[in-house]
Amino acid sequence: MTEMKNTFSRRTFNKTVAVVGAGAALGVTPIVSQAAWPEAAFDAETIEGVLQSLYGVAEAIPSDAINVKGPDIAENGAVVPVSIKADIPNADSVALLVAKNPAPLASSFDLANPGMVSVGTRIKMGETSELIALVRAEGKVYTATSKEVKVTIGGCGG
Amino acid sequence: MSNHFTRRSLLKLIGFAATGSLVPASLKSFVEQASAADGDALYDLPLQGNCRVMHTTDIHAQLRPVFYREPNVNLGVGEAEGKLPHLVGRSLLEKTQIPVDSPESYAFTNLDFEANAKRYGRTGGLANLKTLMDQLRAQAGGIENTLTMDGGDLWQGSATALWTRGVDMVDASNILGVQLMTGHWEFTYHQEELLKNLSRFKGEFLSQNVRVKEDSLFEDAYFELVEAYGGLGLYDEDIGYAFKPFTTKVIGGRKLAVIGQAFPRTANANPQGFIPDWSFGIREEEMIELIEQIRQDESPDAIILLSHNGMDVDLKLASRVDGIDAIFGGHTHDGIPVPVEVKTPNGGTCLVTNAGTNGKFVGVMDMDIGEGGVRGMQYHLLPIFDDLLEADSEMDAFINNIRQTIYEDSVVESRAENHRVSAIRMGKTYGEILDEKLARSDRTLFRRGNFMGTWDQLICDALKHEYQAQVTLSPGFRWGTSVLKGEWITMEDVMTQTACTYGETYVQDMTGEALMTILESVADNLFDPDPYFQSGGDMVRVGGMDYTIDPSKPLLSRITDAKLDSGEVIDPAKTYRVAGWAVVGDAPDGRLIWDIARDYLLDQRDGEDVIRIQKMNHPTLVGVKTNPGVADYEGKLI
Amino acid sequence: MAIKSKAKVKGDMVEVKVLMKHVMETGLRKDKKTGEPIPAHHISEVVCSHNGAEIFRCNMGPAISKNPYLSFSVAGPIAGDTLQLTSLDNQGNTDSGETVIK
Repeated sequence: MTEMKNTFSRRTFNKTVAVVGAGAALGVTPIVSQAAWPEAAFDAETIEGVLQSLYGVAEAIPSDAINVKGPDIAENGAVVPVSIKADIPNADSVALLVAKNPAPLASSFDLANPGMVSVGTRIKMGETSELIALVRAEGKVYTATSKEVKVTIGGCGG
Repeated sequence: MSNHFTRRSLLKLIGFAATGSLVPASLKSFVEQASAADGDALYDLPLQGNCRVMHTTDIHAQLRPVFYREPNVNLGVGEAEGKLPHLVGRSLLEKTQIPVDSPESYAFTNLDFEANAKRYGRTGGLANLKTLMDQLRAQAGGIENTLTMDGGDLWQGSATALWTRGVDMVDASNILGVQLMTGHWEFTYHQEELLKNLSRFKGEFLSQNVRVKEDSLFEDAYFELVEAYGGLGLYDEDIGYAFKPFTTKVIGGRKLAVIGQAFPRTANANPQGFIPDWSFGIREEEMIELIEQIRQDESPDAIILLSHNGMDVDLKLASRVDGIDAIFGGHTHDGIPVPVEVKTPNGGTCLVTNAGTNGKFVGVMDMDIGEGGVRGMQYHLLPIFDDLLEADSEMDAFINNIRQTIYEDSVVESRAENHRVSAIRMGKTYGEILDEKLARSDRTLFRRGNFMGTWDQLICDALKHEYQAQVTLSPGFRWGTSVLKGEWITMEDVMTQTACTYGETYVQDMTGEALMTILESVADNLFDPDPYFQSGGDMVRVGGMDYTIDPSKPLLSRITDAKLDSGEVIDPAKTYRVAGWAVVGDAPDGRLIWDIARDYLLDQRDGEDVIRIQKMNHPTLVGVKTNPGVADYEGKLI
Repeated sequence: MAIKSKAKVKGDMVEVKVLMKHVMETGLRKDKKTGEPIPAHHISEVVCSHNGAEIFRCNMGPAISKNPYLSFSVAGPIAGDTLQLTSLDNQGNTDSGETVIK
């Protein structure tokens, strides 16, 4: 009558296979990235580790101008919609972290042109956790934390 | 907003009961006495103000009058402890100033249920409800002064609703004159069936919190589905509204905006396979933005919320969202005779109501709406006493007609292909199938309450027998009616406890650890102190096993002392044979629960046709001895 | 062109929505039959370009759900412009798509 949904709870140690220019065969320009995938940041096991390796800072400044949110309760821990909005002038990079995932960094976003920050994606969550947003602007890193997103058993509704 | 006249004006009938020393032999004769002096006292409700909102909710497809015992365990945890709706029995009567041993105490509490059931009779029934609604409309000066809303869980809960895939209830709600609705169990038919039913429904379906998933909006298939139903299922592609979030109505000359809120946990509590393209959630921030938009664009004189949040969520929402004058709530099946006044963030007031279940009540909110604001409101939650109302002939004929329908090969009563349709029911009328007498009850059978009910125990016993299981799990659904002690249990009664689109059963070997994790997780869904983190019904019913629970403890530490009926302590490392039903994942292949229950009752009844419950698995409750949300508990309190 | 995308002007920004098909394998699961670990396989980078210039980039780890969805707002492009989307995964596979801003 019930069942546990989803089981993503442990970190991955995947290594990016750097195949620069592999897309050239498609004739698509521009091809993704000279910029390297921030492997150390995705491997970091702490928030501080992510901050250091992604942005080179020891801590972030709490900000009310950032709104990071997910659902109160995940409908499916394997597919949790999350979003970050921020009203911080000249923001050029954003990161989404899941506090309790063993490797907290889920994704980072780089913005070429300044403007209101609004990004969203869907993530895997193995257990109830807060979400953390980092926003870099003018060399400073700001942060905000969401309410907990509860990951729980399904069924037994009434 | 000023001058809310929020307190229930005492029914004349009740006033008489409170002051008179005479206890009537039956409500009918009593009312005849009252009528002699007062006219049609109980249901004589002239409109106060200019707008009458009538609200039903959680009818769970009960077309005919029922016995329904209110819970004696409805625990509030955290800030909810000791407050409405978490009061039962005498505590509820005291709080709401209802006399003991009155028709109202029968309607709103479990007190003396058997005796009162015999005295006051059945409640609900849509033919009676229709008569009363028509009367209430007439008293308000006509339908231009009234609004009729249903809060959902209307299309599920009976065999006929299951076999017609909700269509019988859509037609019934059209006869009732339901203008607006939202939903929960409506989403346990396939989403295409829901859209089909909504195209048959003459009113509007509202929900601000049902959104089309982003990936579905990339697929042609979804747009084709929507097109097939005239646009139903996609109200606003940009925002992702699957349905219209709100509507406006001119009632009594004033503009009323009504927002819909479907059950936020629909996709957690039920199989997602039925509704692959939709996502739910409370969406409080979006609600706040919507209210601002409504005020700017529509300038309504009042805003109300038709909600299937459940009362605890409604109470929290009301305290955090400005601009809603009243919430008409459901889901938690709380028949609460008085509205709860909640202070909103900007100092205003929102009245939060909940209109019970099984068609037993109609909520009547009379609103005095001025230009740009509500001047006052008066609320009555009227019990539908079967003995006091004439059945409406149109509805009565409709219901009888449904029961004459032949059960054919086209019926779909399960997700599992091998159980889609039943050979033993084929060719019979619905009425013939449902009137089958199975056994007599050895006690009053009921489900509602936070923990094991007598009906649940019978279902668990049937599963245990079927699968030779050690432990059985039955969902803590809040729906299901009552059977009085000594009465025949019919197939209809069994279906009323079990009819849903995912009634397949399973048996499996499960470790003690896995079993306890399930129980802990479900308990957390019920007893998380933050209502926004609660997600469903009552506690899962556990047969063949006793346990002790402290609702105040955090996740994974509430349940202790779990042991089998044999006395054997549950060992996390050991494996147990566990049977259950209503799986939200892929359908298991075991027989449908109602067939298992039917066979059990027929085979296991004794020489006097009585089915006997050998042992009740009431959990032992810790720390709630003084909690007014529990009274006359049948298990142990420590 | 397997990356699906749509873009719409909203105020002074352009809102872009992107849906990709990918297993997003974490590297932690084991094959049920063989017991062998299933290697990590996930999109690592998604780039949105306008007139040949990169205007948005997302770096993804394996915690992003299967068939990744992205939404973001960018400043600069206007209605009628075309946006290019390209992706690269950790095994070197690329994909692309484009959309005209509405």
